[in-house]
Amino acid sequence: MMLRAGDIGVLLAGAGAVAALAVSAWSGGAGDTVVIRAAGKVVETATLARARTFAVPGPLGTTQVEIAPGRARVAADPSPRQLCVKQGWLSRAGEAALCLPNQVSVEIRGRDPAYDTLGY
Amino acid sequence: MTPSAIELAVSADDRRIARLAALAIGLTLAEAALPSPIPGIKPGLANIVILLVLLQYGWRAAAWVSALRLLGGGILFGTLFAPGFWLATAGALASLGVLALAQHLPARHFGPVSLSVLAAFGHIGGQLALAAGWLLPGSAISNLLPLFAGAALIFGATNGILTARLLASDTSTKVSPE
Repeated sequence: MMLRAGDIGVLLAGAGAVAALAVSAWSGGAGDTVVIRAAGKVVETATLARARTFAVPGPLGTTQVEIAPGRARVAADPSPRQLCVKQGWLSRAGEAALCLPNQVSVEIRGRDPAYDTLGY
Repeated sequence: MTPSAIELAVSADDRRIARLAALAIGLTLAEAALPSPIPGIKPGLANIVILLVLLQYGWRAAAWVSALRLLGGGILFGTLFAPGFWLATAGALASLGVLALAQHLPARHFGPVSLSVLAAFGHIGGQLALAAGWLLPGSAISNLLPLFAGAALIFGATNGILTARLLASDTSTKVSPE
């Protein structure tokens, strides 16, 4: 007898633990707000509820940020390697695309943002 | 005054532990040749030996074999006292700690598979705790946690089934008959 009753219990508990870890580590929760920064300053905070596009000026030119329901992306950017464009759609809280050459960043925020600072 | 030779008494237990440790070191070396997609994810074949020793000769012998395997493996790989060695040590200590508790589970319901899976989780837990606390503090290790835990579950179960088969296939003779 390879597997005894308790073994099956341990295996199931282990599988449950792995699943719980995966859920807690990988699902940052759906985001509902997008924060667009240029040169470090917030230029736009928009909801992900409806589709829009923003043109954000930077030192190299204009970065096009596209918002669709539930997600956002950098649609076009003048940077040479197009890294932030290739990142594609961002939908989970905490995800961000950085267009460093043009100093533009797009960040998804969730409903319950983690605290950046606390003051008393 | 004639120089006196120091005789170390070598018991049958010592020989057996040495032989089993050599077996575990051999498996560790063989395993290092296997490619792995992520550093740190390994089948941990030497744990089969540790488990067999635990079930046949008790926890103390298993701890000895584990310690000798770490030391021998460290010398053979040239990583003795390097970070990887300490990671392996943390994993082995945590896994032995888990086994010390888990061996008291009723054997009627909990076989080698349970012990192996629990030990594998202990192993990865000890390693990641050290990695997160000492080697890579504040890094995104927690993002890899499910991956490591999943590997521990799969390899732990596999090793446990192998151990159970080895025990069942040959209950009369022990791992290394004297």
